[in-house]
Amino acid sequence: MSIISRISAITFKEFKQLSRDRLTFGMVVMIPLIQLLLFGYAINTNVRNIPAGLLDEAQTFQSRSITQAILATQVVDFTVSYQSVKAAEQSITDGEVRAVLILPRDLDQRIVATQNNGATGDLTRQALGQWIVDGSDTIVAGAIRSLRSMPLNELSPGNALPPPPTFEVALYFNPEQRTAVNIVPGLLAIILTMTMILFTSTAIVRERERGNLELLITTPVHSLELMLGKIIPYILIGLIQMTIILGLGRLVFNVPIIGELTQIVLVTMLFIAASLTLGLIISTIAQTQLQAMQMTVFILLPSILLSGFMFPYEGMPKAAQWISEALPTTHFIRMIRGVVLRGASIQNLQNDALFLILFTVIGLLIATMKFKKRLD
Amino acid sequence: MEIAIQASGLIRKFGSLTAVDKLDLQITKGSIYGFLGPNGSGKTTCIRLLTGLLSANAGTIEVLGLSLPGETEKLRRLIGYMTQKFSLYDDLTIEENLRFIAKIYGINGHRQKSRIENLLSVYSLEEKRRQLARSLSGGQKQRLALAAATIHEPQLLFLDEPTSAVDPENRRDFWEKLFDLSDSGTTVLVSTHYMDEAERCHRLAILANGVKRADGTPQELMESMDATVVEISGDGLRQLKQALIQNPDIISAAQQGVRLRTLIRKSISDPVTWLQQQAELKLQNRDLRVVRPSLEDVFVTSTGNFLL
Ligand SMILES: Nc1ncnc2c1ncn2[C@@H]1O[C@H](COP(=O)(O)OP(=O)(O)O)[C@@H](O)[C@H]1O
Ligand SMILES: [Mg+2]
Repeated sequence: MSIISRISAITFKEFKQLSRDRLTFGMVVMIPLIQLLLFGYAINTNVRNIPAGLLDEAQTFQSRSITQAILATQVVDFTVSYQSVKAAEQSITDGEVRAVLILPRDLDQRIVATQNNGATGDLTRQALGQWIVDGSDTIVAGAIRSLRSMPLNELSPGNALPPPPTFEVALYFNPEQRTAVNIVPGLLAIILTMTMILFTSTAIVRERERGNLELLITTPVHSLELMLGKIIPYILIGLIQMTIILGLGRLVFNVPIIGELTQIVLVTMLFIAASLTLGLIISTIAQTQLQAMQMTVFILLPSILLSGFMFPYEGMPKAAQWISEALPTTHFIRMIRGVVLRGASIQNLQNDALFLILFTVIGLLIATMKFKKRLD
Repeated sequence: MEIAIQASGLIRKFGSLTAVDKLDLQITKGSIYGFLGPNGSGKTTCIRLLTGLLSANAGTIEVLGLSLPGETEKLRRLIGYMTQKFSLYDDLTIEENLRFIAKIYGINGHRQKSRIENLLSVYSLEEKRRQLARSLSGGQKQRLALAAATIHEPQLLFLDEPTSAVDPENRRDFWEKLFDLSDSGTTVLVSTHYMDEAERCHRLAILANGVKRADGTPQELMESMDATVVEISGDGLRQLKQALIQNPDIISAAQQGVRLRTLIRKSISDPVTWLQQQAELKLQNRDLRVVRPSLEDVFVTSTGNFLL
């Protein structure tokens, strides 16, 4: 009885303090709101209108048709034209454009040759033109590369149809290939990682800095009671943030929410609990709030980069995958994308759920053991 | 007489600094015991050792029959601690703070309500009950802290410089409350650097650099002091003081209004005559008088002229 009474006393106190701390309270709502709008609009891996240059040495009707056909794809936007290859290369170096299309003087002959080859079944075709690409940004380069074998039916009306593709691709779950669909559930993971760890990591350190801890540890309160009492309020806050992010994702970015609400809440709670215990561990190690924040950032960066939020897990080298597996965020991203986008349930994602549960239990034990009711 | 605190050979080091050095203590139940010492003399460290917040490098501690550090958790319910720095929550009201502490001590329901009402009235905080602790005056904060420290009616109360941020009138009232608590059987250990406060204690220990220099009732300490107090009057006291403190048998000389309060070692049997015989001081035409020692004199004698 007295255990529950003490935990609820701490929880109630945290709520009271939180309700009087306008800044933190504002952050609870504003962080998800602003981050979601910002990233939802900004992160887009379907690149469009890449600034490009044109070096048209042919200057024929055919070369102009090709240029038009490329513009119609909306992948690039020709902003500059050049007279020489040298000028074109310089333009890329200067960062003026990301790519340059070179259409050679003998373009028309090449087209004829291609069409003849197509008719005779000879597949040793010569390329019509060349793209020079600033390959440093792989996403931009990839987008241009997708133009490599674009069909140019306009050039030979009524002529032989292009060969059928080797495979057909059926896109499940995100047929329009909108980035926001994948980003929004991922953002839920990142925002929860950030706010949950940050709130709890400063929770105990703040009491130490303000001197409250010296009084608290002379009372009969048990370490575990203190830990639990401190994290319970933030579970609710995490759920509020979840509602904001998924609600807004649905409203503004039209993210389909296929999974059941109970599954979403369940999975999110598991992750909130894991993040909060991680914050608590930091809180028992850090001596000042600044240190606690630095440690939070130390966890946050790999959580953003290695969790599968930015880059697919499958593309990472082995070592990075190990780090990735150790991060609660990775498991949550897998689960929440599964539940929200594919309608999976927690039973389908047992391993990830188990990881988060174990992480929480062990983390709570570590935090409780590390927290000494002493000043030395 | 029953013993509340028994400590012997207590040592606590922070790196190379010895904050508490071979301290022996014996405090009887129901008394008000004072720690008198300048800043940095080890008062807070002592209290933290006795409450189990810090562990000692050496020595044994027994508080209310429980030996530390082994039985610290059992001790928690029996003691109250008012820290030097206000350690309740600034962003909670008086009532919320008291309710929080009550719940932590397992005081719930009806008992909690009556206890809090009682404390609010005893410590004159009723009107401010819904005010945030942050906005309270020094005296109100101090009374709130005392109320919180006594909410579970502890047998033993530790107060670390409780009146350092409080005006004299509030200090007097505060001491009245301490005597009430003492009267009802609570043992009080209070640290201070104020002489007048120390003088109110039943017994006190004078600390300097972590070492206990003297121990006894204020009366005993004044009587057994290792110096005689001579007051010297006249003009040019500043220069005279400089001349006086050159003498190794003069412990200190401090101006008090138109007099110079001079502490002379006990080994000098007739200090007035002895002073007049010191030709270089030219004291022939001045008024010299032996006066009763005060606690401050004891303090200065035993700590060797520490500035407060
Ligand atoms: N946690 C600590 N770490 C290092 N030194 C400390 C610590 N606490 C106290 N000290 C040092 O121990 C000495 C005694 O301090 P303290 O007990 O606070 O004295 P007082 O309470 O009488 O002012 C001081 O020199 C202080 O700097
Ligand atoms: Mg102190």
